[in-house]
Amino acid sequence: MSTWHEYVQKTGKVPEWPYPVNYGKMNEVVSDVLVIGGGVAGLQAAINAARLGAKVAVLERGHAKRSGSGGAGVDHWHGAVTNPCSKVTPEMYTNACYDSMQGWTGGHVRYIITTEGWDTLLDCERMGIQIRDVKDEFKGAIFRDEQTKLMFAYDYANKHILRVWGYNIKPKLYEEAKRLGVNIQNRMMPTSLLTAGGKQGERVVGATAVNTHTGEFYVFKSKATVISTGGAGRLFVFAPEITASGTMADINSAGVGQALGWNAGAEFVCMEGSGPGGLIGFGYAPYSMGNASNTYHGAPIVDADGKELPWVDVFGRELKTAEDRFFPHEGQQFQLGIGIGISRTNQEFRLNDIPPNIVDRIRSGEFKLPLYADLTRLSEAERRCLFGMMVGNEGKTRIPIYDTMTRAGFDPDKDLFQTPVMPIEGYFNACYWAGGPNTPPTIRSLSGGGFLTDWNLRTNLEGLYIGAGSTIFGGGCHGESHTTGRYAGRHAAMYAKTAPEPAIDQKQVDAERESAYNATRQSKEGNGWKEINAAIARIMRDYCGRHKNETTLNLGLRLLNELKTTELASAYASNPHELGRLLECHALISVGELVMKASLERKASNSILDFHRLDYPQMDPPAWNKLLPIRQENNKTKVRDLPLDFHLKAPYASTYDENYKKHSGI
Amino acid sequence: MSNKAYMVPNPPTPNKAVAFNPDICIGCNKCVDICPGDVMMPNPEKKKQPIVVYPEECWYCGGCVEECPRPGAITMLHPTQQRISVNWKRKDTGELFRLGMKNPPPPNTRPPSGE
Repeated sequence: MSTWHEYVQKTGKVPEWPYPVNYGKMNEVVSDVLVIGGGVAGLQAAINAARLGAKVAVLERGHAKRSGSGGAGVDHWHGAVTNPCSKVTPEMYTNACYDSMQGWTGGHVRYIITTEGWDTLLDCERMGIQIRDVKDEFKGAIFRDEQTKLMFAYDYANKHILRVWGYNIKPKLYEEAKRLGVNIQNRMMPTSLLTAGGKQGERVVGATAVNTHTGEFYVFKSKATVISTGGAGRLFVFAPEITASGTMADINSAGVGQALGWNAGAEFVCMEGSGPGGLIGFGYAPYSMGNASNTYHGAPIVDADGKELPWVDVFGRELKTAEDRFFPHEGQQFQLGIGIGISRTNQEFRLNDIPPNIVDRIRSGEFKLPLYADLTRLSEAERRCLFGMMVGNEGKTRIPIYDTMTRAGFDPDKDLFQTPVMPIEGYFNACYWAGGPNTPPTIRSLSGGGFLTDWNLRTNLEGLYIGAGSTIFGGGCHGESHTTGRYAGRHAAMYAKTAPEPAIDQKQVDAERESAYNATRQSKEGNGWKEINAAIARIMRDYCGRHKNETTLNLGLRLLNELKTTELASAYASNPHELGRLLECHALISVGELVMKASLERKASNSILDFHRLDYPQMDPPAWNKLLPIRQENNKTKVRDLPLDFHLKAPYASTYDENYKKHSGI
Repeated sequence: MSNKAYMVPNPPTPNKAVAFNPDICIGCNKCVDICPGDVMMPNPEKKKQPIVVYPEECWYCGGCVEECPRPGAITMLHPTQQRISVNWKRKDTGELFRLGMKNPPPPNTRPPSGE
């Protein structure tokens, strides 16, 4: 017996909620630093704040031992450019990202990430993560440095992306946080940031939350706060029955951190940016299908008759050997991996790839479907590294793919791994498991925008710092989450040392406590959370899709408010789990409002942000070549202009190095 | 076969997400405690395997399996629509295999790198 259905039919009884329920019961947690979100970024923030002597609390939605998008493992670490083998500098890497995005990414955040990424990884090594081939399994391989035993991914010439054995990275961070005495509060659904006087735009002094096992209410009181939450995967689509196994973000990704910040008056930029929702979960279980991208980079792809597909360099020149796929070629300085948030616009630093004209060549009959990944064509070291090392450690692969497939008999030494059979446009991108054409074109995903931070990774709000891969403007992938978390935790702790005691506004707490339990007081006829979430996603797809104008955006805002004040206001939660999910729906609506309001403010179309205003169709007019930081003050939207290179302009110094030295706190 | 029937909602999709082997599971609930989505709940009967209540909220990270102190007590099951998609072909013989097939080939016992 495993399921609720089996239990009910066997016993004839509906099981009672297994945890004691005390809706509204007050708890208080006091700390110097509060970290909201206990994923890899949040635990790094907590660990680094605790090391500076701060008393730290972590507010976590699931359980911090294995939660978060990065909690399921990692196999490669981008931007470790200061490792002893790297031929890339922080400045080169940052400029490559910034220039690829034509300035539409936070250069200062990228610089912090690349300057400290390797140090962060060394920290992880000290916590027990394997980052070197200590057992000499790959001795002599071209992607390994014999002295340091470091192993490189993607660009074997420049050695700035490292392969790591990170399947257990989250439990190790968790152990370290516990060892340092961090107070981790699991199963917490945050509902608000507390601010001085309860006012938007004032100093952040804590947060409120509901425990989704017990229903109890928590007031977190802190001198400094770090937001380390993930994305808003449920904003444009809600179909977990189809997508949950295919997504790289768990169901808790409801944009909660952004909602907390927006409602407290924090500034955001580029929230109007979005992209096609290719990785949103309509594909296949990640890495479960033959493909040649990211973790499977370099995998030979053959057609149904065993004919191998070509690989080309960034200039379209065909590559002769499998080894050539891992080196930049004449005219290219170095390569950047995908996954760091710039691949859509990254031309100059692209990886070698299967040529995009493969779509036409399949159409013409030159290559016959289905395609297969034929790992037997790789060298033994490359094959073992790809399937045994990377697929054994990447997020959602240790158990879901390596263990599951090998138990079922798959052997990369003998077997051809089939790729999905899909409309041929899908073969344009060698990340076949994402199943691009399976995702409805109406579905967008937020892309590139986030909290605006300064060189301390502080927001416009006193006491509020951001450390996260996807919710910070300028963030990136797994390693970037660790590194920004580490930096933000350090700065939050330094601020807390001299910060005045936090004064909680009792009226704000009372109002939060009153509204948080609204769904427990409604009629049982009320809607459930899934119904509401699906409606939110419908509004976003219809009114904030690829094409927008002032009228549709305003209609969308109206409908979000309609939903909030009607169906969501009367929604019913039959237990603390459902209550948590309904509170997430409130967060999703806040993020939806933020995205629509940011979209209204940009009265121009923008190619980098993939932003299309039908009422302002001119693409990239120079006058709009600027960031538009947006925030709320007294519940009114406030917008200002900010140059794209603000991070190198007054009050900051004009070079990355000078700013970093002044602000890093090291 | 029993003629006793219940008025229950349709089984959720996916049905299970994880399956327990009651002969091996000791009901320690470690998997329940770490699941990020609260997919499982403790069994009202002590020392019995947990109950999968919200399988559609599972994101298939496999953390529950890694956390389990009793190998084989819990198995992660990809949704059938994903299992049916995972296919491979033996290069030499052309034999076709898929995840979840009735008569699977013998397991590949090579552990992942680092073990």
